[in-house]
Amino acid sequence: MGHNHIRLCLPRANHVLALDVSLPDHGITVILGASGSGKTSLLRCVAGLERAQDAYMEMGGVVWQDDALGIFVPTWQRAVGYVFQEASLLPHLDVKQNLAYGLKRAGHRATTHSLGQAVDLLGIGPLLGRSTARLSGGERQRVALARALASQPRLLLLDEPMASLDAARRQDILPWLEKMRDELHLPMLYVTHAVDEAARLGAHMLVLENGQVKTQGSVADVFANIEQPQWVGEDMGAWLQGTVVERQADWHLCRVAFEGGQMWLRDTGVALGQMVRMRVLARDVSIATELPLHTSIQNQLSAVIEAVAPDAHPSQVLVRLRVGPWAVLARITQKAWSDLALHLGQTVCVQVKSVAVVA
Amino acid sequence: MSVWFSDAASAWSAVVLTVQLASVTTVLLLCVATPLAWWLSQTRSRWRAPILAFVTLPLVLPPTVLGFYLLVAMGPQGWLGQWTQAMGWGLLSFTFSGLVLGSMVFSLPFAVQPLQHAFDAMGPRPMEVAATLGARPLDAFFSVALPLARPGMVTAAILTFAHTVGEFGVVLMIGGNVPGQTRVVSTQIYGHVEAMEYAQAHALAAGMLAFSFVVLLALAAVKRRWPGVGA
Repeated sequence: MGHNHIRLCLPRANHVLALDVSLPDHGITVILGASGSGKTSLLRCVAGLERAQDAYMEMGGVVWQDDALGIFVPTWQRAVGYVFQEASLLPHLDVKQNLAYGLKRAGHRATTHSLGQAVDLLGIGPLLGRSTARLSGGERQRVALARALASQPRLLLLDEPMASLDAARRQDILPWLEKMRDELHLPMLYVTHAVDEAARLGAHMLVLENGQVKTQGSVADVFANIEQPQWVGEDMGAWLQGTVVERQADWHLCRVAFEGGQMWLRDTGVALGQMVRMRVLARDVSIATELPLHTSIQNQLSAVIEAVAPDAHPSQVLVRLRVGPWAVLARITQKAWSDLALHLGQTVCVQVKSVAVVA
Repeated sequence: MSVWFSDAASAWSAVVLTVQLASVTTVLLLCVATPLAWWLSQTRSRWRAPILAFVTLPLVLPPTVLGFYLLVAMGPQGWLGQWTQAMGWGLLSFTFSGLVLGSMVFSLPFAVQPLQHAFDAMGPRPMEVAATLGARPLDAFFSVALPLARPGMVTAAILTFAHTVGEFGVVLMIGGNVPGQTRVVSTQIYGHVEAMEYAQAHALAAGMLAFSFVVLLALAAVKRRWPGVGA
């Protein structure tokens, strides 16, 4: 089995972009950062559209660039799929011809079968006969995704594929991206500045700041990092992943089980057996030293206090608690921490008031 | 009767020659201007500005100046003349081939500019898309850049054709006025006027007027169909 590794260095106007990352065989690695942090340049270097210095890139056992040996494979010879920020369909070709363009040039890697799969995966069968001018923004990006997939790339690069879409259209595209993530055996680099997209799609995450990797790790770990918080304020929260295992129609609730516990959530119609990601905001989590008996809060988890860090306001602290392999954040007052005599390593009961299911 | 007939015959021969000259010039010039326009739109070379200025020169030079230097170059002592003789092609001055070459130089900016605008308007993205889809550069040029520049190409062809039909100074300088060889409509009109044959001059001049009007209508149609592209 091949090995996927990207290391590169690119001097830019006021900083040097540097990156060193190994990618798994499938799943999304999110590259998160503000505009100007070098996210797009990074993708362009990986695709060979810009030339990074001192770079080493290997995808599926094929070396794309190795400056130590003077190897630079041009873009057209890299088995790469690239989805640009704005609609990038070739305007002189219709939808079917756009899909065929890459297929024809991908050589033996791609077959009409791979085109059919891409069309089915992204549900664009009904659009095939249309001209590109007669597609909505969301449809265009779905065609662009299918076009990139049809040529069977070893790596898919996504440069803020939803940036040009409004909020409603984003909600239309997200499920397709999740489907790609779950069904394809393909590593993807997903550039975005949207925290919610990162949390929803990513497995691994890199946070870029002025060209430097500020933090990297699993999405859950990066979000639960309170020592060097990436986000402050109301958005601070953790992510858990679980499976819907039971439904109580009378109460409009469903039970999601995950390693380390379970929670009852509002039933949003997610099918039994489906994987969901849950967002638990720090402000919705409280801590009790004993199991509270008379409380309106339905979800109580046993957790171990792992870390504590000052919050933005001096009256409050952020506490990271371990529930199985997951981290949960709680925002409590400094006074509560002191009154309850909480300490690291202590097993406590965590009460979760509200959970948002994102997929 | 026979006078009228010979007038009509010589007018017809001038019209045929003009159309031949304009067609050959247009086809050959597009072959030269397309790669040149592409290079100008893509390069960051420091030679870009001087070459762009050189390409634009025929736009501001009096046609007689251009024709004069071309004549000198094509002559037996000129660098071009020496070369064509060495190749065994003889001299180009006062021949149809010489006219074609002169017309190509004369109309160069009219072909290069619309093409270059079309390539510029396209931006780098379509070529990058083609590269990520596995198209090698030459393939991408023919399958993406050229089709996208089609309105610029149509504009360039129309302008070159019309401009060649309308040229006079260059033709006179390097072509002379050889019937059936280098006597085109514009020089024919000149000849008629010099000989005080206003009726014959009028017939040809009115034809040119109508033709030019149709050309401008055609250009307007190109712009309506592909707004924002071309010259």
